[in-house]
Formats: sequence, C-alpha cells, structure tokens
Amino acid sequence: MTSATTPAPGGPDPVGLDHGLGATLTPGFRGRARPEGVALPPGQYAEEGFPVLSAGPTPNVDTSTWSFAVINEAGATKSWTWAELMALPQDEPTVDIHCVTRWSKFATRWRGVSLDVLLADVESTADFAMVGSYGGYTTNLPVADLLGGKAWIAHTFDGAPLHPEHGGPARLLVPHLYFWKSAKWVRSLTLMPMDRPGFWEKLGYHDLGDPWREQRYQGD
Amino acid sequence: MTEAVGARLGARYAVPSGWQVATLVERRAESPSAETLVLDVPGWPGHQAGQHLDLRLTAPDGYTAERSYSLASAPPRSDSTLSSTLLADSSLPASSLPGSALPNTALSSATPSGSGRVEVTVQRVRDGEVSPYLVDDFPPGSAIEVRGPIGGWFVWDPAIDAGTPVFLLAGGSGLVPVMSMARARREAGDRTPFRLIYSVRTPEDRLYTDELDALTARSDGFEARTIFTRAVSLTALRGPRRLTSSELASWGWPPELEPRVYVCGPTGFVEAVSRMLVAQGHDPARIRTERFGPASG
Repeated sequence: MTSATTPAPGGPDPVGLDHGLGATLTPGFRGRARPEGVALPPGQYAEEGFPVLSAGPTPNVDTSTWSFAVINEAGATKSWTWAELMALPQDEPTVDIHCVTRWSKFATRWRGVSLDVLLADVESTADFAMVGSYGGYTTNLPVADLLGGKAWIAHTFDGAPLHPEHGGPARLLVPHLYFWKSAKWVRSLTLMPMDRPGFWEKLGYHDLGDPWREQRYQGD
Repeated sequence: MTEAVGARLGARYAVPSGWQVATLVERRAESPSAETLVLDVPGWPGHQAGQHLDLRLTAPDGYTAERSYSLASAPPRSDSTLSSTLLADSSLPASSLPGSALPNTALSSATPSGSGRVEVTVQRVRDGEVSPYLVDDFPPGSAIEVRGPIGGWFVWDPAIDAGTPVFLLAGGSGLVPVMSMARARREAGDRTPFRLIYSVRTPEDRLYTDELDALTARSDGFEARTIFTRAVSLTALRGPRRLTSSELASWGWPPELEPRVYVCGPTGFVEAVSRMLVAQGHDPARIRTERFGPASG
C-alpha cells in the first residue's frame, strides 16, 4: 500500500513489517472498554455529551420571523411559519446520531415534524435536495433519504427547545446519515433534478455520508 | 496529457483515499499536558495551514479508535503558483510526490524539516481514550495509521489569501491550527498583517511560547497577545479572567478593515468570541470557526 513497508535507508524498519492487521501499530494502545449493547458504526466512539461543531458564528433566529420553505424544480415555493409548523402533526423520534468527527450519541430524544408531512403535497420528480440554513450553510441529500420516516424538522431536544448552538430554533434531523447532513438553523429545502454539492461536500466531504459504510470523504 | 495541467480544481480539496502507515520519529513536550508528535508520512502530498490529520489507533484485539488532530507544522514549501493545485491533490501519481526523483524544483524542495514530516500537537484530555496514550505512551519509532490532509474551510494559504488582514483567536489547544497559519506565513516570507489573541488557563499551559515571542520580535506585521483565564504570574498586570469585549475591540482589527477572522477553541470560547465579534460589526460570513467539544479526546 505504501512505501512504509520498505525499511528506510540507513535506518531500521520502524516497528515491524506486518501492517496488515495492526499487531505492530500503536503498541500499548488498549482503548476504552468496548461499548456493549449498542451498535457503533466503524470508526465511531460513544459520547455522553453533545459536542457542538459549526463552521461559523451561531446565528440569531427569531421564531416570530422564522419560516421554512420548500422550493420545487419549477420554482414553486411552499412555506410554513413557526406557528404553522407547530400546528402540524408532531413526531417524537428517539434516535442514535453519528458525527463525522467520530462521536456517536445514542438514544437522543427529539420532537419535530416529519418531512413526509411537509413534502407530501409538493409536486416534484427530483431525486436530490439542497437544504439551506440561516447563516448560509448548505448540504445536499437524496430525496429518498428524506422520505419514509427518516427525516424531521426538529425543534425540541430532550424535552426542551433546541438550543441555538445545536441548531435552534429548528434543525433538520436525518439520523441515519452523518450529522453534518442534519443542517442546523434550517430555513429551506430546494429540490434538484441533479445532485450538487453543499458546503462541506464542496470541501471534500461525501455526498451521501452513510456512517455504516463510513462515507466520510468524497470517494469513500 | 500535458505536464503540470493534470489537476482538476475539485481535487484541490480531495482527501487522499485510504489509510497509510506513518512513523513517530520524534516527540517534544510543549507543556506539562501537551506534546508535539513529529510523524514521517511517506509521500505526504502537502497541506494548507489549518487542515487536520486523521489518526487511527489499533489495540491488540483489533479494536480501532480514530481521531482528528490539527496539523501544527507549516505546509511543505513549494512554489506559490503550484501550491494551490498540488497541495492535497490525490490524483497525482505517487511518482510526482515530494521525495521522488522528479525533475520538479518546486516539489523537490519539500519541507524545511525533511520530506514527509508533519507535526501534530496533542493536548491530554482528562479521561480521554486516545490523547493520554498519544501524550504519555506512544513510543518514538512506532507506527500509526494516518489519513489526510483533511478540511478546506478553516485554512489560510499565503498563495491565495495573502494581503487581507488576519485576526486569529485561539482558546487553549485551539492555538494549534492557528500556529500552522503563523508558521506558513513565516515560511512563505509573507507580510500579511496578522493579529493573534491567545487565551489559555495558566502560564504553564501555554504552547509554543518561545516561538510566538520570536514571531512577534521579527516586527514584520505579526502581533500576538496572550491572556490567562485561571491564574497569572505574580508580576502580571492583568488578572486572570476571560477575554473581554473591549480587549477584543482594541487588540483586533476594526470591522471596517474587513479582516478574515479565525476562531478556534472549546465551544464556550468560540461561542463567546464570535458573539462579541458579530456584535462589534464583523460580518459573520468572514468569521471561520473550528470547535472542539467537551469530549474530543
């Protein structure tokens, strides 16, 4: 795979030759007790806290002016105010979440509106969506990953209004994909016939981001 | 295909696929709780200041743990017109990477410290799974799997970004990627005005103290201030406390100058500082942040 298996000129071979299954890698490393009873995707570790990761300042988003818009490929827009979102049927999913920075958090409790409800009457044949946020963040997802009880506009975490640092007042929640797909401060969903990369995807991160297939970076 | 125009723009941010084996060649103590690890990575494609490296550790039973660490070292030196396309271009064949016998002067100059050598600085996180091993136990001469460079947002590249004033705000080990930017500036002989505010708990927790002093002493447009939040020396003029809004305003660049702002540190630091910056009139779109949560480690 690399030239590391060739001894360096004038020096001893570092550690050993078999880099196939790691017997000689990081000698003495044991790691934590392996988590039991939970399914951890490859390369992830279990986290009790709720780390925050964002590319810029946390935007101030007021629910009195908040709206969420869905724009189809013909440009038709359907939008909801905060009060209208709250009046829709609410789900209370309890889900595991997986961040590409390698923490996973189990059994997180949310409340929000399923995208099945929001997209039900939207006319579209598009296969992809670009989700946009207050503050300018974007991320792309296949429509198939937003439908079928797999995605929500979430506004409540662990029984309390979602904190701004975690994307409040409302964020997309798509727990079966790496968590950068679950856009914080969500404000729009634009349907697209062709896939286009969003913010992190343009910077080398994967277009789908399935943690079980460890799709962290483009090409994985 | 003609020479030197084989790179796609999209490959600029591509992440080299797969893991490769690196060797720890040296370690240096930076503070009682932080060590710089010097890794030899064969065929390292170069990086931009601010990017990070993924490390994968393997236990005897095959269990693996992966973590990301900011690169502390300056990017390998290369011709400025080449750096933007060659850095992180994984589509290049191995024979054109630094260290090979290719007749390419820009590439063969490689890094100042030796081809393929990169540095990460690891801060020991109490009860962490990985950082205590890396800081206390990982022995020189042994192997570790690496992947990178990764990330294209929290970066500063003199070949692309020179000229626009830069305001750096680092909390704790958030200094590491910022230091890579300061080193990149020095290595490139760049004179872009830089101002750094470094917030750290106590004097003994400081990283790169002598080097920061030396960077400031060059009087070439790099200024650094260090503040302590928990304890100070007996002779200090400023008591231990967090960065205030007035300090931020008087030590940084005014918003009218439209500086590029980089904020890196624990979430509380990044949230507090970026809130103050926005309140002082800095455009949120020019503020790039990188945070580490309470449990990265």
